[in-house]
Amino acid sequence: MIKILTKIDGINNVLENANLLEIEFEKNNIIKIFNELKDISELNFNQLLDITAVDYPSREFRFDIVYILQSLINNKKIILKTFIKENEKIESITNIHKSADWYERECYDLFGIEFINHPDLRRIMTDYNFEGYPLRKDFPLTGHTEVRYDDLEKKVIYEPVKLTQEFRNFDSESPWEGMENKLFGDEKSTGEN
Amino acid sequence: MKEVELNTTTINFGPQHPAAHGVLRLVVELEGEVVQRAEPHIGLLHRGTEKLIEYKTYLQAVPYFDRLDYVSPMCQEHAFALATENLLGINVPERAKYIRVIFAEITRILNHLLNIPAYAADIGAVTPFLWCFEEREKLLEFHEAVSGARFHAAYFRPGGVHQDMPEGMEEKLFDHFKTLPKFIDDLESLLTNNRILRQRSVDIGIISKSEAIEWGCSGPVLRSAGVAWDLRRSQPYDAYDQVDFEVPVGKKGDCFDRYLVRIEEMRQSISIINQCLNKIKPGPISIEDNKITPPKRNQMKKSMEALIHHFKLFTEGYRVPSGQVYSAVEAPKGEFGVYLVSDGSSKPYRCKIRAPGFAHLQTLEHLSKGHLMADIAAILGSLDIVFGEIDR
Repeated sequence: MIKILTKIDGINNVLENANLLEIEFEKNNIIKIFNELKDISELNFNQLLDITAVDYPSREFRFDIVYILQSLINNKKIILKTFIKENEKIESITNIHKSADWYERECYDLFGIEFINHPDLRRIMTDYNFEGYPLRKDFPLTGHTEVRYDDLEKKVIYEPVKLTQEFRNFDSESPWEGMENKLFGDEKSTGEN
Repeated sequence: MKEVELNTTTINFGPQHPAAHGVLRLVVELEGEVVQRAEPHIGLLHRGTEKLIEYKTYLQAVPYFDRLDYVSPMCQEHAFALATENLLGINVPERAKYIRVIFAEITRILNHLLNIPAYAADIGAVTPFLWCFEEREKLLEFHEAVSGARFHAAYFRPGGVHQDMPEGMEEKLFDHFKTLPKFIDDLESLLTNNRILRQRSVDIGIISKSEAIEWGCSGPVLRSAGVAWDLRRSQPYDAYDQVDFEVPVGKKGDCFDRYLVRIEEMRQSISIINQCLNKIKPGPISIEDNKITPPKRNQMKKSMEALIHHFKLFTEGYRVPSGQVYSAVEAPKGEFGVYLVSDGSSKPYRCKIRAPGFAHLQTLEHLSKGHLMADIAAILGSLDIVFGEIDR
C-alpha cells in the first residue's frame, strides 16, 4: 500500500506509525490526490472521517490541515496533512466526499481557513454574528464578548468580557527536573583539583 | 411560458422543541406538508471543549469527555484514554482492559435504553420511556458503584481505570444481566410488532449503503444500511479481541432497521459483558508507574517519594512525548475519534474530537427530503442525535 501511495503525484512523505499512515501532500494537487485515493481499487479510501487544522502561529506555513480518511474495505485509516500560510485558501473536496461539507464549514468557522468552491461556506459552531476564529492560538480562552439578558432593554445583549479575576494560566513545568543543580562556587570542587 | 407559483412555507423547528433532542434549530421549507428543504442550525450548545482542553493537563481533560455525549459518557473517555496511552506508549493491565470493556458495554446499553424509548416517544409511545428509565436507573447504580457518579464518571483514565470494582460487584453484574434479556424481550413485545411504530418508521428516512459510507456515517446508522462494520470487530481495542459477538446489520437502512439494530446490539452487549465477567481475573487496574497514575493513599502516608509524585501529578501532570495520533472507539452512536497532537508538554497542543452525530445530522436534509414534516421527528430520533457531542 505504501508503494502505491508514494507513486501518487503530490504525495511527499509517507510515515508508518503503529496502526495508521501519516502522509504529507502538496496542497495544489489536493483534488487529484483525493480522487485517486478514492478510486484506485487497492486503496479505496471511501470514507472521510474528519477535517481539522492545527495552528502553529510561529511558523511561516501557519496551519496544518489534517484529513482523516478510512477505507472500509482494506480496514485502514490514514491521516493526510498539508501546510498553508495564514491568508492562503485551499480547494474544497465536497465534490469528492459529501461529508466534507460540514467538516470544512467547521474548519472555516474555528480557524478561518477558506475553502474554494465550497457550496455554502458559513459559520456553523459559533453564534450568529460572531467575530474571530476561536481555535487559533492567539484567540483568548475567555473570548472577547459575553452575553446576558438585560432587564431594562428587555433583550439579550453582548458586552466585552469582564473578569473579576485575571485568567490564571499556571506554568507548572517542573523547576527541578532537568535543571542543573549548581551552586555558586561549585566549579571549584570539580575538575582537576 | 406558463407561470409557476411556488407555494412553500418556511417554518422554524426548535431550538426548544421536545422532538429536537436538545437544542437543534431546523429551518424547514414545506410544500403543503412535504419537506422540500431542512437546514439544521447547530452550535447552540457549543462550549469550546477543544479550546478548553488545550489549557488543561491530560488528566483534567478527561471529565470534558463525559460532557460531550452525556448519554454515553464512558465510551468517550475510552477514546481519549486510548489516544493518550498511544502517545505515551503504554499498555494497560489485563484487568483494566476487561473492566473498560464491561463498562463500555453497560454504557452502550444505557445509551440504547434512552434512544429507543425516546424515539418511540417521538412517534407516539409513552410506556417504553417509563420502563426503560427504570432499567437505566439500575444500570446507573453500577456506574455509581465504581466511579461515585451516575453520569460524569471520569472513570477511564489514561493508564487504566480510576479504581477497582467494589467487592462482590462481579456477582451483582452477573445476576443483573441474567434478568436484562427478559426486559429486552418485554420491550420488544411493546414495540417491534406495534402497528403505529411500523407505520411511522418502515420506509422512512432510507439511506443506502454507498450513501451511508459517503456521508461518513458509522455505528448503527451505517450497519442498518447493510454494511457490516464495527470498530470493535475490525480494529479491536482493549479486550474486544478476547470476546465473541455478532454484528447485527439491517437490510434497508430505514428508521425501523436502525431501531432493530439497536435492540440486537443490546443483546450482544449483554453477551460481551457475560464473557468478560467469566474471563476477568484479579490484578492491577492501572499501570504501576507513578509518573502517570497516582500512588495509593496509604503509600502517601509513609513515603515522601509517593507524596511528591502525587503532588506533581495533580499540578503539573505528566508530559506526553510529542507526536500525533488518531484513536477511535465504537461508541454507541458510531465512530467516536480523538485526534491528539502533543508538543511534549503536559497539556495537549490540539485535541480534535470526531463526533459521530455530527456526520449523522449532516444527512438529515438528504434523508428528510420528500417526507412529511412529522417524519422529521422520526428521522431525528432514529439517528440518535445528542447535541453535547455535535456542538462540542
